Amino acid sequence: MTDTPEPKPFEPVMIGFTCNWCSYRAADMAGTARMKYAPNVRLIRLMCSGRLDPTFVFKAFAGGADGVLVSGCHPGDCHYINQNYKAMRRFHLMQRVLTQMGIEPGRLKLLWASAAEGAIFAREITKFVEEVRALGPLNWNKSADEIPAAVQAEEVQA
Amino acid sequence: MSKPKFAMYWAASCGGCEIAVLNIHEKILDVDAAFDVVFWPVAMDAKYTDIEKMEDGEITLCLFNGGMRNDENEHIAKLLRRKSKIMVSFGSCACEGCIPGLANFSSIKDMVDTAFSTITTDNPDSIRPQASYAMPEGNITIPTLNLILKTLDQVVDVDYYMPGCPPESTQIAAVVDLVIAALSGKAELPPKGATIGAGDSTVCDECPRKRNVKVIKEFGRIQFTHADPELCLLEQGIPCNGPATRSGCVARCPSAGAQCIGCYGPAEGVVDYGARLIAAFASVIDSEKPEEIDQILNGLVDPAGQFYRFNLAGSLLRASKAAQKG
Repeated sequence: MTDTPEPKPFEPVMIGFTCNWCSYRAADMAGTARMKYAPNVRLIRLMCSGRLDPTFVFKAFAGGADGVLVSGCHPGDCHYINQNYKAMRRFHLMQRVLTQMGIEPGRLKLLWASAAEGAIFAREITKFVEEVRALGPLNWNKSADEIPAAVQAEEVQA
Repeated sequence: MSKPKFAMYWAASCGGCEIAVLNIHEKILDVDAAFDVVFWPVAMDAKYTDIEKMEDGEITLCLFNGGMRNDENEHIAKLLRRKSKIMVSFGSCACEGCIPGLANFSSIKDMVDTAFSTITTDNPDSIRPQASYAMPEGNITIPTLNLILKTLDQVVDVDYYMPGCPPESTQIAAVVDLVIAALSGKAELPPKGATIGAGDSTVCDECPRKRNVKVIKEFGRIQFTHADPELCLLEQGIPCNGPATRSGCVARCPSAGAQCIGCYGPAEGVVDYGARLIAAFASVIDSEKPEEIDQILNGLVDPAGQFYRFNLAGSLLRASKAAQKG
């Protein structure tokens, strides 16, 4: 036995925002069909991808996420008529701001998945996890010394 | 009975906040009548040691403006926090970083290069300030820079926030009146952590311009646009930060024909100012095609600068990767 344990391989911590009507059902379908995919993404269900406040994405990165997935119904299929287009526009604008902040565009992914597309959802997540793994840890707010815990410690109201 | 003590300090800031305080005109005499001004480097002579000698909590009201750019700023912030009963984070720099906080987009090296080695700087030997320098008489030191600029409340506990770049003088006068009234028991101070001297809505709510339906096909810069003087600027494609900005300034800029740039900081309930603006701007873009959306967004020349002009240091992300690496 040696005293120094092997350094743990990097496992990306990722957050995924899904919509209630399509992409969350796709994840559900992947689950009930026992499809295997990378366990790194923690899914958070929103009613609609249009509910995605960019604050959620920034908070995820600031709080230690290495990648963020935004997913919703296919264009034209939104349960709320056209709110997934709003999500798409926000995604495009967020990408620009994140790039200026030095966060690689590959860390934020937009994925359309219908309730029938469990297999696509599972495959895309595995692909995304590998892409983020290749980018390496983000470690946001860690490298700047003495970052107060205020941001990380803030509780989200249930 | 001796008068309650008043202090005001500037850390990384421009001095505009001090001028805004003097802009309360004859009300400054009320301040002088009600308070004993013990420390205010821009207006009177006092030494840091004078403050160090005071009892903890001896200063009643401290208006602290400026961000935490170096260790001297932090030292004085901690000292004044200890000596003050009411610590007010005064002005945009202290509250959210403001313009000095824009340095959080760049590494220290780039920031110093910009200050000391641009084409307009006469510095043939590329001399840079050194934190410590050996002189024949001994070592001399200057404060060392923080890796990134921090806001006041990222360093010390703050009782109240007073936003604005600078806070409007009428708002300052109202706050001064309130504190004076509270000292004699005639009024009650708001709960700790409150934002004072500002509204709790958005600039749009105070803006006199007419609003219809917001749909944007093209963003334009105000200097290249003949904007309708009556209509909402954002509806005309001019990036106006009103929708996310706290009210309290009586919409001074939009009333005068310029877009809101967001100096009053995030409106009540807004966690991340820039994120709120991203949501607002992206929502009103009139396109459902990715290529067209990208083309419309090209009209926003510097989105991060647009959305975080006053708020970068106080935002969730706080600083770019380049700045965090130093």
